[in-house]
Amino acid sequence: MAAPSYVTLGERMSAQPGRILNAVMRSQPYRSSHGLLRRAGVTGRGIVIAIPWLWLLLFFLIPFVIVLKISFSETQLAVPPYMPVLDWVDHQYLQVRLNMGNFLFLMKDPLYLDAFLSSLKVASLSTVLCLLIGYPMAYGIARSNTSWRHILLLLVILPFWTSFLVRVYAWMGLLRNNGVINNMLMSLGVIHEPIVMLQTDFAMYIGIVYSYLPFMILPLYSNLEKHDQTLIEAAVDLGSRPFRAFLQVTLPLSIPGVIAGALLVFIPAVGEFVIPRLLGGTDSLMIGRVLWDEFFLNRDWPVASAVAFCLLIILVLPIMVFQRYQMQEAGGGSKR
Amino acid sequence: MTSTSRSLFLLTALVLGFAFLYIPILSVIVFSFNESKLVTVWGGFSTHWYRVLFDDRQMLEGVWLSLRIATVTATGAVIVGTFAGLALARFGRFRGRTLLSGMVAAPLVMPDVITGLSLLLLFVAFAPLPLVPDRRGFSTIAIAHITLTLSYVTVVVQSRLSTMDESLEEAAMDLGARPAKVFMAITLPIIAPAVVSGWLLAFTLSLDDLVIATFTAGPSTNTLPMMIFSKVRLGVTPEINALATLMVGIVTVFVIAVGVLMSRQEKARQRDIQMALADR
Repeated sequence: MAAPSYVTLGERMSAQPGRILNAVMRSQPYRSSHGLLRRAGVTGRGIVIAIPWLWLLLFFLIPFVIVLKISFSETQLAVPPYMPVLDWVDHQYLQVRLNMGNFLFLMKDPLYLDAFLSSLKVASLSTVLCLLIGYPMAYGIARSNTSWRHILLLLVILPFWTSFLVRVYAWMGLLRNNGVINNMLMSLGVIHEPIVMLQTDFAMYIGIVYSYLPFMILPLYSNLEKHDQTLIEAAVDLGSRPFRAFLQVTLPLSIPGVIAGALLVFIPAVGEFVIPRLLGGTDSLMIGRVLWDEFFLNRDWPVASAVAFCLLIILVLPIMVFQRYQMQEAGGGSKR
Repeated sequence: MTSTSRSLFLLTALVLGFAFLYIPILSVIVFSFNESKLVTVWGGFSTHWYRVLFDDRQMLEGVWLSLRIATVTATGAVIVGTFAGLALARFGRFRGRTLLSGMVAAPLVMPDVITGLSLLLLFVAFAPLPLVPDRRGFSTIAIAHITLTLSYVTVVVQSRLSTMDESLEEAAMDLGARPAKVFMAITLPIIAPAVVSGWLLAFTLSLDDLVIATFTAGPSTNTLPMMIFSKVRLGVTPEINALATLMVGIVTVFVIAVGVLMSRQEKARQRDIQMALADR
């Protein structure tokens, strides 16, 4: 009985925008302005392209140029707290003052190099851990029957919809000295003293792996789901053992999914700030945290910009690989 | 390894994996009803912390501010993101296509600290110009969040468009409909589920963001994540458990309801198509 009402709802929804548009297009202001715009070479197609293009140029690409500019500046006690790089002298000459000091400072002080290296280490290890946990899960979901598959997929996506900050906070409650895990182990008599887990590297890894696991599972699943099962069956029929068939057929075919998932975890994890701050120790050296402290505690905007720029340089290559994958994925979809 | 032991291994991986994903969330929900002030010792059932939460005016103001920012963000991101998805999926080759697809993909993985810092420096650099908000707060956070989330909308809309049959649009075009009308009457209703999930995604991402909002907010602006962060930094507080439970509950109900509604509409649409084909 409910079905016809959905059909009419669908019809009403599709008819409504058309009717509104008709009214708009018949109106006098639209007609006259439309003709004017046409003559000026402005087309609907052009506007559709221009709006996102200009938005991203202005708010995504140009800001990086400004970061580079400020990284060559010097701090001063003023608002904003940096010296101008470009200056008009006598309203005639454009003076450019490039100060390499910030980058030299980053190279001289071992703190920054250590932070970059340890961020790369933490991000790599977290990516491997995500892969080890996520691959069997994605494979298991792809191999389950259709009705289960939808439920399991929803269960992977659901944590992603709930607040990231709240999920990190949840781990604080579990890992504290008088937290759930320690209390449980002590009441079972396994341990007598609480194990220090919060504010250690262990907690930081758990937090990163936990938060980024869905990003690993989803691209892996969408890759594994497309595999042709007859290939595996053929390998098994020809006498290959299931594990060997997996290693020789499924694993090589799933490499694009592995790369996509790994990049989705690795790149943001390198610059992660919240998890190291809340779960990691005070001595945990993550570059996102260093950048944050330079900016908010030391109020040294030029050094923070130099750190951001170096981080961007390190990540340019993985980001470009990710973009290529993303474009292929989008392009491949249209052929289906 | 035989195939029985393989399925056993996969089953174990799934059970352990989902336990890992859900135990922290469940523990927050359970302890939000805890009587005791000691967050992790059970002292009996109580809704005390929910009353504390609803008496916390500052927190409620943060919630209200974040909800307003998220609404503006999601609406802006859906408009700009749908245009980008449409351009990338339907317009073939055009000048600036590679740059556009690159600028859409990069924000998906860009670390928040870089995006936040660079947008703040942009706002500061352009502050003397006219039309630019000279006080940072609501509008600068919303602009930053639209920039962050529109990529997600684009990806969702683009993938929906690329799996959709182009012949319907071509037929409407052949019958003399203008491109704008074709979009409104044919394309938009079909991609509506993608637009809706893009809106919801942008909304939750905006509601959740701490780092970019902290960079782009003015000194007197405090969004919900900023308030949670400043409380949590000092340690675990039961009030946050109550807040977290409410957020998880609302999101779960909402996501499931939208999912059920959309899958029913999709089924109805499929049935309509089949009936239309059977009539011939």
